[in-house]
Amino acid sequence: MSFSLISAKGRHPRESVAPFRRHEAGTQPDSFYPAYRATRLRAPSQPLIYLPHTLSEVTGPVFGHSDIHPHDQDLTLQHKGEPLGERIIVRGRVVDGDGHAVSNSLIEIWQANAAGRYAHSKDDHPAPLDPNFTGTGRTLTDNDGFYSFVTIKPGAYPWRNHENAWRPAHIHFSLFGPAFVTRLITQMYFPGDPLFEYDPILQSIPDEGARQRLVSKFDLETTKPEWALGYRFDIVLRGRESTPFEE
Amino acid sequence: MDLTPTPSQTVGPYLHLGLTDARSISCIARDGAKGERVRLTFRVVDGDGVPVPDAMIELWQADSEGNYASQDGSADGTGFRGFGRLATAEDSSCTFETIRPGCVPGPGKTVQAPHINVSVLGRGILKRLATRVYFAGDTANASDPVLTSVPENRRATLLAQPDPARPNNWVFDVHLRGGRETVFFDV
Repeated sequence: MSFSLISAKGRHPRESVAPFRRHEAGTQPDSFYPAYRATRLRAPSQPLIYLPHTLSEVTGPVFGHSDIHPHDQDLTLQHKGEPLGERIIVRGRVVDGDGHAVSNSLIEIWQANAAGRYAHSKDDHPAPLDPNFTGTGRTLTDNDGFYSFVTIKPGAYPWRNHENAWRPAHIHFSLFGPAFVTRLITQMYFPGDPLFEYDPILQSIPDEGARQRLVSKFDLETTKPEWALGYRFDIVLRGRESTPFEE
Repeated sequence: MDLTPTPSQTVGPYLHLGLTDARSISCIARDGAKGERVRLTFRVVDGDGVPVPDAMIELWQADSEGNYASQDGSADGTGFRGFGRLATAEDSSCTFETIRPGCVPGPGKTVQAPHINVSVLGRGILKRLATRVYFAGDTANASDPVLTSVPENRRATLLAQPDPARPNNWVFDVHLRGGRETVFFDV
C-alpha cells in the first residue's frame, strides 16, 4: 500500500456543517442513458432520496505530499525511454462554485497511450502497447488551485457499445475537493474532436454548455516553445450554499 | 469564468490503472485504532443480479467516537484515517478492514446511528452513486434521521448483515438496479 493520509492528531470540528449547493438540472449526466448500453443495468431505477448535508457529507479525506512521487506529474518520465506520441502539457485551475481556489487537493489521472491502448489487462484493442508509457499520474493542486501534468496525447479507441463505436480521445480525472460530496470523477476531452457527437458518454450530459466544460482548450501560454503543446482544463467543484462574509 | 460545477463522467472499465492498482486502501483503521474491529465485505450486482467485477467502492467514516479525521489527520491519534477504496474482484466483492464507527451528530439535535458513507463507481455509472452502510441490529438505527427518512420497505437495503459463520464479519450487498435496488442518495 503506497497510499497514506496525513496522520497527525486532529478531528473535524463538529460545529461546522455548511451544506454544499445542489447541481442545476441538466448540468450533470443522467444516470440512465440507454444509448450508453452499460447504464441499462447499472443505473438506479428508483428516485434518489434527498440527503441533508451532515458532518458525514461535508467532511472528506485529506492527502499530502507524501502521497505523491517525483515522476507522478510527468507521465513521460516513468520509464527508461520516452513514450511515443505527441508530448503535451495539461494545466488548469481547480476552484469551487464561488471561484475560490481548491488548494492542496489530490488529482489523479489515467489514460490510453498515443495509439489508443490502455496498459490494462482487460484492454484487447489491437493497437500497440508502449513499454515506456503506463498512463497514470497524480498531483496536488498548489496554493492557488493550479495543477499541471506532462503527458502524451491519448489516441481514440474503439469500444463495443454500438456498431463502429469510438471514444473521443480523453484523459480521466479524479478529484476529491474538501468533502465527501465534492468528489468528482470526470473525463477531459480535446478541442474539435469529430467523435463528440457520436459519443454517448459525453452526450449523456443534457446541457450543451455543460458538455463544453469537459473540452480542454489549446493554450499558447501553457505551450512550451520547441517542446510541447499546452492544453488548459479548469475544473469547478461544488461550492457551499452560503459562504461566510469576507472582510 | 463560468462557475457551474464540472460534469461527472464514468470511471470506465480501466479505473484500476488510475485508482486502485497501486492506490487501493483496504485497511481503514490500523491495529492501533480504538474500537470494535470489523471486516466489511461489499458485493455488487447489476439489474439482472449479475456480479459486477469492474466496480469501485470508496468509503468515508468516522472513528469509534464519531469524529471525522480533519485537515490535521486522524481524530484519535492512533492511525485511524477514515478513507478506503477498493475495486471489486472477479466475484464482484471487496473487503475492508476497519472499526465500527461511533454515532455522529445529525441535523438539529438528532444523532446519527453508526454508518459508513459509500461511493459506488464503475463502467456504466455516469455519476457517483452515494449510499450508506448501517449495521443491522444497532439500537441507534431506530432514531437515525437519515434511515428513518427512507421508505420503510427499502431501509433494509442500507443494513450490513453479520456473517453468522465468521464473527466480526459483515456483508453489504449493493444492488445497482431492480427489485432489490439499494437506496441511493441525492447528496
